[in-house]
Amino acid sequence: MSLKKFVLGALGAAVLAAPFTAPAPAFAEDTLYLPKLVYRTGPFAPGGVPTANGAVDYWAMINERDGGVNGAKVIVEECEFGYNTDRGVECYERTKNKNNGALIYQPYSTGVTYALADRTRTDKIPLMTMGYGRADAGIGTAFPWVFPLMTNYWGQATGIVKYIGDQIGGLDNLKDKTIALVYLDIAYGKESIPIMETLSEKFGFTLKQYPVVFPGIEQKATWLQIRRAKPDYIVMWGWGAMNATAIKEAAKIRFPAENFIGNWWSGAEQDTVPAGDAAVGYKSATFSAAGKEFPVIKDIMTHVYGKGNGSGEENVGQVLYNRAVLTQVFIHAGILTAQEKYGVKAITSEQLRWGLENMKMDAAMAEKLGVAGMGPSISPTCEDHIGGGEFQIQQWDGKKWNIVSDKITPMNELVLPAMKESAENYLKEKGLEPASCS
Amino acid sequence: MLDFLFFVEVLLSGLLTGALYSLVALGFVLIFKASGVFNFAQGAMMLFAALSLVGVQEMLGVHWTIAFIITVGIMIALAWCVEKFVLGKLVNQEPIILFMATIGVTFFLDGFGQTIWGSDIKILDIGLPNGAFDVGGVFIDQLELVAGLTAGALVIILAIFFNKTKIGRALRAVADDHQAAMSVGISLRYIWIVVWTVAGLVGLVAGIMWGSKLGVQFSLSLIALKALPVLMLGGFTSIPGAIVGGLIIGAGEKLAEIYVGDLVGGAIENWFAYMLAMVFLLFRPQGLFGEKIIERV
Repeated sequence: MSLKKFVLGALGAAVLAAPFTAPAPAFAEDTLYLPKLVYRTGPFAPGGVPTANGAVDYWAMINERDGGVNGAKVIVEECEFGYNTDRGVECYERTKNKNNGALIYQPYSTGVTYALADRTRTDKIPLMTMGYGRADAGIGTAFPWVFPLMTNYWGQATGIVKYIGDQIGGLDNLKDKTIALVYLDIAYGKESIPIMETLSEKFGFTLKQYPVVFPGIEQKATWLQIRRAKPDYIVMWGWGAMNATAIKEAAKIRFPAENFIGNWWSGAEQDTVPAGDAAVGYKSATFSAAGKEFPVIKDIMTHVYGKGNGSGEENVGQVLYNRAVLTQVFIHAGILTAQEKYGVKAITSEQLRWGLENMKMDAAMAEKLGVAGMGPSISPTCEDHIGGGEFQIQQWDGKKWNIVSDKITPMNELVLPAMKESAENYLKEKGLEPASCS
Repeated sequence: MLDFLFFVEVLLSGLLTGALYSLVALGFVLIFKASGVFNFAQGAMMLFAALSLVGVQEMLGVHWTIAFIITVGIMIALAWCVEKFVLGKLVNQEPIILFMATIGVTFFLDGFGQTIWGSDIKILDIGLPNGAFDVGGVFIDQLELVAGLTAGALVIILAIFFNKTKIGRALRAVADDHQAAMSVGISLRYIWIVVWTVAGLVGLVAGIMWGSKLGVQFSLSLIALKALPVLMLGGFTSIPGAIVGGLIIGAGEKLAEIYVGDLVGGAIENWFAYMLAMVFLLFRPQGLFGEKIIERV
């Protein structure tokens, strides 16, 4: 047998045998299965890598430090989908029934979120979309299995406009202003449009919309138009490669960086560092604080990286990494709440839904889980899958992000009716009955 | 007057962006012209070259010129590997088979490059100007101006290479007929390595330009999609065609985005470029400068 045949044969045998040789899960052991839909490759990998690392590292730390959640080991499995919606759905289908069933999904993709909203309803698996996804999904009766938690895109847009109002001496002064909305021309970017139009009507500012073609690498036409329109402020709904390019282009047309505000997916080190000096002064929303001083981050350093494990130490403490950790902490709080209620360690996905609807992420819980000061306090209910929450504005100084605003709460008087109307339309379109919360 | 100035600004910007597309399109043309293979991997080669340049610079802490020389070596090695492990096994196969093989090379390079050098956006700074001129109210991007000049210089160099050198003529002979070229003593293996090397070097230059503009990141490989309408319009076998096609596509898509986009909701520049190319194809199927293929029975 030639060497080539031998190598090919050995490889083939290894591939065929892999399903039978993988370590079998210890069924006697209580486990919690948390598959992760990740994108470490593709055009959005710069954002996908730190979010994946934060999630994986957090559960590695919990297993190492605490032996799991109340003794139930956490099984984390990554499935790479490259930010392709079809592959994201495939990952979901492939993993949902493994290890006694998946407990929850967080795809970090609005497209996948839309695609999974109906499937998770049928499969009774929570879908956590913290800070992204459908803005109307906070209505728990319409989307019983989706958990945006802690405001949504519409709430964020109202908060950013509130902040701009503060900068110019009050919302009344918005009347003669022009705000440019630069957004990635996909489902995620378009989420911002309806509420910005409502805000424009209410406060009398001129709204100019500039869609950027996916994935946002060529924006010259957009910025020539903006240069001509001379807006007072620019609000950006970008992600991935689009952000750094936009920041650079804004600097080229000499738009003042302090009047350029990104949403919370347009404000990470991955967006500003590649833009260099052009990013100094640029602002963005954020609901999670960056930095390594939080106990949970210190524990990750001690129990994961300190033991030679971990996925990417360079990401630890960055905006997106910490946000992913914070997301896992909310899931952790939901698991703890469910375990207490049902008296079992290995909870089911339906029990986790109850846990998420009844958890209280207050100061005491934040302290207990090591995230005091790192994120918002929330208390969701069956009807309200947002549960309050607030965010802040941060500014890049060339080396790090600094918080430059007080906590901002959304204009709920505008957001909630819009959410309810949209949720009702969704139920009508799908022919669904609202879920009962009684 | 202001409107006219704006029109000039958009037109100029489009032409300069088009020159950047041309840089990518040149790589496709080179391989197609010399081997009859439509190299789907050209975008991935550009990304791989730029990633290697920045990666070597970071890893060894050397000046970019040293990193450039090492990257040239890497691209020669890549060309050798492509010939040795992919194309060399497919001599005299149908063009579609060779095309499919280059799709495989694309995915391999995309994944391999990111595995070795990571997926973060990397800063590529070799001292190219990154600001803008304001000439009488007309905005001109300095980097795009440099790219335009570079594209022009490359066309001249490549035209001389193809028409005035022995290797250039051998490349064209291989493109016309593999077997006939081999029968007169031209080494197909050597020629394919040369042409993939040259395409890799053009990819490296394009990667430097695009990487300086956007940062070196996976999305660079998607620029190849912008080169396709350029090729359709300019012709797959013409180096000047790649340049003229790039200029027409660049200017056309920017003007369309700004003057037509508003009417239909914007974000039309991607598909408009293809539509423009298809309209040209209706009148000249071989592209503006492509060679008309006549099959004699």
